[in-house]
Amino acid sequence: MNTLVFERNLARFAAARVVSSFGSGRGAGVSPLRLVDGEAPELPGEGWHRVQPILSGICGSDLSTLDGRSSRYFEALVSFPFVPGHEIVGCVQDNATSASGEPIPAEGRVVIEPVLSCRARRISPLCPACAEGLTGDCERVAFGHIRPGLQTGFCADTGGGWSAAGLVAHESQLYAVPDELTDQDAVTVEPLACALHAALAAGLRETDVVAVIGAGTLGLLTVAAISYLGSTGRAAVPEALLVGARYAHQRKWAEELGATLALDSTQLARAVRRRRHTMAVGSESVDRLSGGADVVFDCVGSADSIEQALAMVRARGRVVLVGMPGAIRVDLAPLWHREVTLLGAYAYGTERVADARVRTFDLAIELAGALHTGRLVSATYPLDRFEEAVGHAGAAGRRGSVKVAFDLTQSTKGRPR
Amino acid sequence: MSPRPGFVLEVDGSTPPTLFWNGEGYVLEKLPEGTRVVYAPEPHKALEDPVTAIRHALEHPLGDSPPLSALLFSGMRLTICFDDVSLPLPPMQSPDVRQLVIEAVLDAAAAAGVDDVVLVAALALHRRMTEPELRHALGDRIYEAFAPGGLLTQHDAEDPDNLIHLGVTDRGEDVELNKRAATSDLLVYVNITLVTMDGGHKSVATGLASYRSLRHHHNPQTMTHSKSFMDAPASELHSSNWRMGQLIKDSGVKVFQIETTLNTDTFPSQFAFLQKREWEWSLRDRSTFAASSAALARTPNRLARQIFHNIKAPHAMTSVQAGEVEAVHARSTANVWAQQGVAVEGQSDVLTMGLPYICPYNVNSIMNPILVACLGLGYFFNLYRGKPLVREGGVLILRHPTPPAFHPGHHPSYIDFYEQVLSQTTDPMEMSKHFEESFATDPWYIHLYRTGHAYHGVHPFYMWYWCAHALEHLGRVIVVGGDPKAVRRLGFAPASTLNDALEMATDVVGPSPSITHLHAPPILMADVQ
Repeated sequence: MNTLVFERNLARFAAARVVSSFGSGRGAGVSPLRLVDGEAPELPGEGWHRVQPILSGICGSDLSTLDGRSSRYFEALVSFPFVPGHEIVGCVQDNATSASGEPIPAEGRVVIEPVLSCRARRISPLCPACAEGLTGDCERVAFGHIRPGLQTGFCADTGGGWSAAGLVAHESQLYAVPDELTDQDAVTVEPLACALHAALAAGLRETDVVAVIGAGTLGLLTVAAISYLGSTGRAAVPEALLVGARYAHQRKWAEELGATLALDSTQLARAVRRRRHTMAVGSESVDRLSGGADVVFDCVGSADSIEQALAMVRARGRVVLVGMPGAIRVDLAPLWHREVTLLGAYAYGTERVADARVRTFDLAIELAGALHTGRLVSATYPLDRFEEAVGHAGAAGRRGSVKVAFDLTQSTKGRPR
Repeated sequence: MSPRPGFVLEVDGSTPPTLFWNGEGYVLEKLPEGTRVVYAPEPHKALEDPVTAIRHALEHPLGDSPPLSALLFSGMRLTICFDDVSLPLPPMQSPDVRQLVIEAVLDAAAAAGVDDVVLVAALALHRRMTEPELRHALGDRIYEAFAPGGLLTQHDAEDPDNLIHLGVTDRGEDVELNKRAATSDLLVYVNITLVTMDGGHKSVATGLASYRSLRHHHNPQTMTHSKSFMDAPASELHSSNWRMGQLIKDSGVKVFQIETTLNTDTFPSQFAFLQKREWEWSLRDRSTFAASSAALARTPNRLARQIFHNIKAPHAMTSVQAGEVEAVHARSTANVWAQQGVAVEGQSDVLTMGLPYICPYNVNSIMNPILVACLGLGYFFNLYRGKPLVREGGVLILRHPTPPAFHPGHHPSYIDFYEQVLSQTTDPMEMSKHFEESFATDPWYIHLYRTGHAYHGVHPFYMWYWCAHALEHLGRVIVVGGDPKAVRRLGFAPASTLNDALEMATDVVGPSPSITHLHAPPILMADVQ
């Protein structure tokens, strides 16, 4: 069955890095990613189930890996060869139990919380983070009875979503998909969970001016998460939610999903300045503010975006890194001078919402159903057109798209839809 | 031979194409047969000896004012205020009339032994003038005599130490003015009445006021009730200024108003064709048009802008009058009407106009999209008395490239207005309610206004409010040749050609519409019967 496999191949890794300098996603053909006739992985043990994927998204971290630009930090946290794809909606192949202990019948639709934490790795006692339910912070993602892999889609033993042969998932990773969610809605649950985790980690207040840099999938879902949490009384509704987006369709989406104002990325600092009535430091340009936003969500993760965030956040404000950064060079003088908190927001786990503890994925499933975030899925491709798919995902903004996914139900050469 | 009056041409098969201004350039357009083209009167004869005329006016004041010399005395505080860089358009060739008038006033002051003299550029909320602009308006002699000692100042509407609240009119309008000017023994105001809107009580009540004061008449309600603000009796803008003027007078502020009028000699000889009627173009005019059009088409925008902004108009003074504000202004207004007035019979379904590179707020600067709207819907649309040239529900067709370009130093709040306000609403009332105060009180804009050369934060709102009457009156606005995104941001419809625009207009006004083209500049005032 068609399966995309990512192998350790330094020459191809380097080639992808060169080609991707002409545009993200362009290097898929020369990258270590290969289309093979693969088989489903073996079940690693008790509590594991086979899952046949229906849709599997292409996310920014996938693109970064395929572009040869992901941080070497992750080298010890993945195992090769792996099948990418961690945004997954699929069907369990046998009767299973969900992460919350509910039964899921065979052929039932599930989304997978991809973090391969202590429970999946049969580690006992649980690490302190897993004991708290903070599975995204699991200390043992490179240990246990399966090979290293911080998530499904980066582990040689579990397979990933980009395979028509299927993958294996531990019951601690399974969440049943309610009938009202379309497959498209469901495939956005994983990035939604990231966005919700980031939104909650920021601890927003009603008086906050919030800026979001970047309006790709993660940026838009962060906007949706902040708005949804506010509108359902689970978090404060910030005074203003300003979004910088490069493309017109992203601005439209951002405003539809709850942004107070979405404007061209080059105008975001100006909007923050005006909203806060702060000063611009410098001559006629508005590159650096004397005060600024209370919280800036960086949903890009580049050196430029982090510097932009540091230039528009107020003293003692918070910059939340939602987009995955790599090895970059950033001037941290403003962080030091203005006593800014730089906060990483990775994955998900258990959130404390209005004094209750709730799994991030449960919240994300609720939100996906409420907002039908599947509307953001712009195109799907069969696996054998992976180069086109990855190229499309890398140029999603420019091409008027948001989320691109693989459709594992398409036999071979379908058209993107 | 006396100058010919304004003229309304009806286009027929033999009419040559008509000149349309198009920003930093111009084009010829073939207008449909039957279109009326309104041409400005030819320039009136200039005063033969302006200096003598000025001195005569100072000593033979109008109204109940004594001559200037009788108002001057040793030991007094004299403040001479003058119109800023927004007048005249284009800037006039040296010597500027302000220089001539102020030199005469200073001579009279010196003769009376007046030592305490301060000059104030009446900026209102406009940008501060640069040194070259001040030198051009006042001449090097005045500049050198006053600027080094700090006696040449520019009104700062955000300087709490130099503002004085004189009171509130019977309609609740605050009158807050430049303190130095208002507390002087005599305030001499030196004006250029380029159009009938200028001058009168508006000189002091607007030019030397603060936001607290200006907001009472620079708002959508007032603007929609100024039909037009070129016609003072029908203008709520002027009624408000007149009420304030009365309060200023009642407060004991002594104003000696000096108003000048200019003729319509707008472009220097190398651009003479720009103020001629096309069928009278000589071979040289046609060659100049063709050569300059071709050259401009190949010239980068920045350079083209520079070329046009270097144009100095050969405007000549046609009258000068001094004394009591209202009496002076009545004479000035009559003179402006005599020079610019053109009788036009009835309204049309469609009004077309080509917009030039300059308006009062982009001298030596960039005509951004908001100023394009203001020039078209604020200024040119309002160049009427009686009724607008276009009927209610009619269509206005503008020609301008409308690039989304801004001068970051002159128009910082315009950038944010364009991106953050117009992207949400083009309704003057809505923006007034939800955004105006935030912009007006923004400390960064205030800082740039006071220390740089930026228009006040609230200024783009005022520009939009100028459009309020037209926005309410018109069924649609179409911009030919404009940047489509910028045009849509303004709430207007873009069209590639004039023919397309005329076809689009029929969706609103029906087939075979009547069309009028406003052939300006030179400036004209349509007296629509």
